[in-house]
Amino acid sequence: MFGNLSRNDWLLVLGFAIVVLVSPWTLTPFGAGYPALLQKFCIFGIFAMGFNILFGLTGYLSFGHAAFLGVGSYAAVWSFKLFTMNVIPAVIFGVLFAGIFAVVIGFVSLRRSGIYFSILTLAFAQMSYNLAYSVLTPITNGETGLQLTLQDPRIIDNAFITPGEGLPQTDLFGIPMNGYPGFYFCAVALIICFFLTLRIFRSPFGMMLRAIKSNQNRMRYTGFNTRPYLLTAFIISGMYAGLAGSLMAVTDPLAGAERMQWTASGEVVLMTILGGVGTLIGPILGAGVIKYFENIFSSFNDRILEQLFSFLPDAAREVAVWFTGLFVGEGWHLTLGVVFMLIVIFLPGGIMEGLQRIYNRLGGGSGPGAGAPDTAAAQPAE
Amino acid sequence: MDAIIIQILNGLDKGAAYALIALGLTLVFGTLGVVNFAHGALFMLGAFCAVTFNKIITWPIQPPKAEGQLFAPPAKPWFEYAFGDLGASIINWSVPISILLAIPVMLLIGLAMERGLIRHFYKRAHADQILVTFGLAIVLQEIVKKFFGANPLPQNAPAMFNGTADIASWFGLTDMFIVYPWWRLIYFLFSLLVIGAVFAFLQFTTYGMVVRAGMRDRETVGLLGINIERRFTVVFGIASVVAGLAGVMYTPILPPDYHLGMDFLVLSFVVVVVGGMGSLPGAVLAGFLLGILQSFASMNEVKGILPGIDQIIIYLVAVTILLTMPRGLMGRKGVMED
Repeated sequence: MFGNLSRNDWLLVLGFAIVVLVSPWTLTPFGAGYPALLQKFCIFGIFAMGFNILFGLTGYLSFGHAAFLGVGSYAAVWSFKLFTMNVIPAVIFGVLFAGIFAVVIGFVSLRRSGIYFSILTLAFAQMSYNLAYSVLTPITNGETGLQLTLQDPRIIDNAFITPGEGLPQTDLFGIPMNGYPGFYFCAVALIICFFLTLRIFRSPFGMMLRAIKSNQNRMRYTGFNTRPYLLTAFIISGMYAGLAGSLMAVTDPLAGAERMQWTASGEVVLMTILGGVGTLIGPILGAGVIKYFENIFSSFNDRILEQLFSFLPDAAREVAVWFTGLFVGEGWHLTLGVVFMLIVIFLPGGIMEGLQRIYNRLGGGSGPGAGAPDTAAAQPAE
Repeated sequence: MDAIIIQILNGLDKGAAYALIALGLTLVFGTLGVVNFAHGALFMLGAFCAVTFNKIITWPIQPPKAEGQLFAPPAKPWFEYAFGDLGASIINWSVPISILLAIPVMLLIGLAMERGLIRHFYKRAHADQILVTFGLAIVLQEIVKKFFGANPLPQNAPAMFNGTADIASWFGLTDMFIVYPWWRLIYFLFSLLVIGAVFAFLQFTTYGMVVRAGMRDRETVGLLGINIERRFTVVFGIASVVAGLAGVMYTPILPPDYHLGMDFLVLSFVVVVVGGMGSLPGAVLAGFLLGILQSFASMNEVKGILPGIDQIIIYLVAVTILLTMPRGLMGRKGVMED
């Protein structure tokens, strides 16, 4: 069953698992060693990795992936409300519903390719978002967002134990899912997803997806029907997003419609591009970098900047504070936009291509681009 | 009957905005072959041209205290202070007058954008074009947010257009049978004017003829010794001005805020696709059509039967059109059919 993974691949998985599991210690010096942020790394890592299976391998740029994230969140919160606070069923429901949703959207959207595919997915995501805000309020609780309440039935839990005071916490067979246990739950999910992604990348199925990206017409001429492969990739990718969404609900049991907005879909595109489209590690790296700097930059305010530039004379300090003030705090999105543009213009392969170039420059590689066949820039689906 | 006419009228102003933005998008796509996700941001920048102009001319100034007065008089907009009644009426008409500011500003922004960024993306994949212009849109809207804040900034139409027009009485029907806000009517007429001007430019001038030829076959036009690139740059500038004008005149209808552009962009893209990629008449037609459809869907009678339909009607139509008519309503054969 695991025949097509080489020894290096196993080492990669092992190394990845170790890096993820020890990250609470290794990231502490960088000010990122606390569970709320580490969970975000894992969750968005999963989200971006799933998106990459679709965009990176097949070249189909979906602009509506946040819809699956939202569906995953809603399904998980409903599982908490109706059945049990145990996180396992919640995650299963999240993935399942996102998958079903992906079947429907994918079946329709994949009939077109290129920019039309992008617009179709965008249209579906906006539809879900608008409906979640308006008509589906009984299910989604509209603008307020879906939350746990004291009146929830929680059939399974209440059959076995008498409910305590206040709102219950999410748990894994008794272990409350807040703080580090919550992070480790997400981390394990991330590692499993990473392993699955690696399997997909190395499998004949992954090869087929890459072939669709490089020349779909030729694939059709040789007698392959590409639609089932594309649909499978789309569903897998949607399920990853659903998993990410349900993990969000696990760490913080509420779900809101804004998770489905198209800016959220844009964010995962940014992460994937920043890290490196079509690479294995890239999207996770991109997700981590964006969430890390979002956290750092957003916390800056003018007073911190004043201290930072206190060595400058008054006039220069004011200018420096004003200018950097544009990019931090509230202006974090500006930084994100600028960095994103620079990446697309100068480094289409993202961070991974950058690392590769540095590695080659240092004389480690044999010529440009060696050993990185996946780092090619995003091609449109023909 | 009157309900139907009212809904059609209601759809016209929104449809006019969609049509103007979609027209610009299609122009850019048809000439440069670039999918411009920053086009909504241009619409937003146009709206903020009006805001800026209004801010400049209404800058408050404290008139000096006259002899014998106990309190200083209240601060006045400096235009009113400096030019008296003329100044006051200019302030009153600030939205239409700011068109004069918006045209050169938007032209410059458009040209700078094309020369500085878009031209490097002609040969790259559509996905790259989408991504880089998406980044640009984020940058533009964040800059606007930084300078103007996150709250919507309401602008006033000239006072004489504040009321409603009694349309029915013009046609000899009962008075007050169909009433409609003046400014929306003006917006619709204005959009017809702009659309007409763009079409006339393309249809009746030599310059426009060359541009049209270039849209058909860029290489041959180039071989004839015409610098087609430069003309396309100008077309991008024009598209930017059209979006800007649409934004300026829309400010009294919808107070602009920094994410105005993104809201309209998504819908305008849908409009372009429904009209047919690369077809100018298609973009205009689809713009008005979807605007009117949306206003019909928000009627209480319709919502009673299909709850929530007003929220999704445009997307629903887009999905249907895309799946059944790959070329859109009026798309040409061979343009982005896949």
